[in-house]
Amino acid sequence: MTAALVRALGDFDLAEELVQEALLEAVEHWPKNGIPEKPGAWLLTTARRKAVDQFRRQARYRDKLMQLERAVMTVDAAEGDDRLRLIFTCCHPALSREAQVALTLRAVAGLTTAEIARAYITSEATIAQRIVRAKRKIVDAKIPYRVPAEHDMGERLEEVLAVLYLMFNEGYLSTTGDRASRRDLAEDAAWLAGLMVRLMPEEPEALGLLALMRLHLARADSRFDMDGDLVLLQDQDRRRWDQERIASAMVVLRRAATLRRSGPYQLQAAIAACHAEAKTWQETDWRQIVALYDALLDLMPSPVVQLNRAIARRYLDGAPEALADVDRLAEALDGYYLFHAARAEMLRDLGRDADARLALRRARDLTDNPAERALLERRMG
Amino acid sequence: MKYVLLFGETKDRAKQWEAMPEAQKQAAYGPINEWFGKYSSKITGGHELQPERTATTVKFNNGKAVVTDGPFIEGKEAIGGYAEVTVADLDEAIEMAKGWPTGGPVEVRPVVDRGEPQR
Repeated sequence: MTAALVRALGDFDLAEELVQEALLEAVEHWPKNGIPEKPGAWLLTTARRKAVDQFRRQARYRDKLMQLERAVMTVDAAEGDDRLRLIFTCCHPALSREAQVALTLRAVAGLTTAEIARAYITSEATIAQRIVRAKRKIVDAKIPYRVPAEHDMGERLEEVLAVLYLMFNEGYLSTTGDRASRRDLAEDAAWLAGLMVRLMPEEPEALGLLALMRLHLARADSRFDMDGDLVLLQDQDRRRWDQERIASAMVVLRRAATLRRSGPYQLQAAIAACHAEAKTWQETDWRQIVALYDALLDLMPSPVVQLNRAIARRYLDGAPEALADVDRLAEALDGYYLFHAARAEMLRDLGRDADARLALRRARDLTDNPAERALLERRMG
Repeated sequence: MKYVLLFGETKDRAKQWEAMPEAQKQAAYGPINEWFGKYSSKITGGHELQPERTATTVKFNNGKAVVTDGPFIEGKEAIGGYAEVTVADLDEAIEMAKGWPTGGPVEVRPVVDRGEPQR
């Protein structure tokens, strides 16, 4: 295995060191999760992942700092306040949403302009210019560097949470090149959400967002198999879910509920919790999930939420009802790959295999994410 | 920090305003006067402007001044007035703009500060 890595890395010492690290991790994890079917492949995957991490760390000093920072779990109040001030300034409503996102990713999450550009399918120059312009506006228009006043807090917090959620999804559902998931970025977003919660413990939507992120992260490891291929929720090995993280998310979500102000993040977290708490796919409480989607639709009536509700209905009421719901969204979601992927599943349930294949092809053509494309191709058969 | 608040109106609303009987106009001024009263310590200048039909624009075509009728801002909106305010930062200026009572939009623009002595 070391040789395979040397070919890939061209650096013997580094390759050997990485294998050592992978072995160490194997020793730590295998007793807990059981020995994988192909230990060699598992080791290579782990070692390669570590190599990617290492290169990234070397290439970006900022990352190194962040890694260190993450290792130090305690955040003192002054440092926390400073970070919060920075976030609120980056997410000031006098900046365009595009500028808020770019600035927060750059200044708070430490991404390079190149990474931001890839994430938003635009050129590096565009992002660099966006950031320069945003910084200039902060100075020229004198956008204050502070945590907003009480009467402004609701609106301003909503902006910040939206930016953090975008950041999380960029990390969790990464659309970029060879790495299907940029776990680090998702972890950073969760870390920032955790910081928001610590500094503003009475904000139920911040708690909701943190719970939502933790519930997703708890399942992150089981989203890919040993070959790096995506595994759907129903096929995931639930023993690999991080129960500690799920438990911590549930504590956060219950704390949010005691504040008695519901909101979109809390509802989405509650939906994720239904999945996290089901011991098997068959035990999923679909009735509860559909009810939560109904509540979510009251707050944000979007076609994507409607699609998710229809997907849940497939298991509660059956494919014909679900497909009827989905087909009503055709106009709004024709360019959205998950619309076609979900439709394909329902068509297959109904024995319409030719139509299902067409829908899968359409879904595949609409996504650039290599892991998603591979999954859809496997399903085409 | 000095900002100018530009008070906008849709052209339709500006016309309605002009056609309003004087007594009704006076009543409508109530909330506007209240706003100016509330912020009098921060307001360092400004005026309501006469309607757009009174505007004249001087344009330059290859350096030659051409005088034309009408405003130079095109579109559905028109500027009905402005106030110069001196406040701590953008948040304070936005706070004032949020309280503007006519229902028309307010553009907040920082002025260029070249370090001239305060008048």
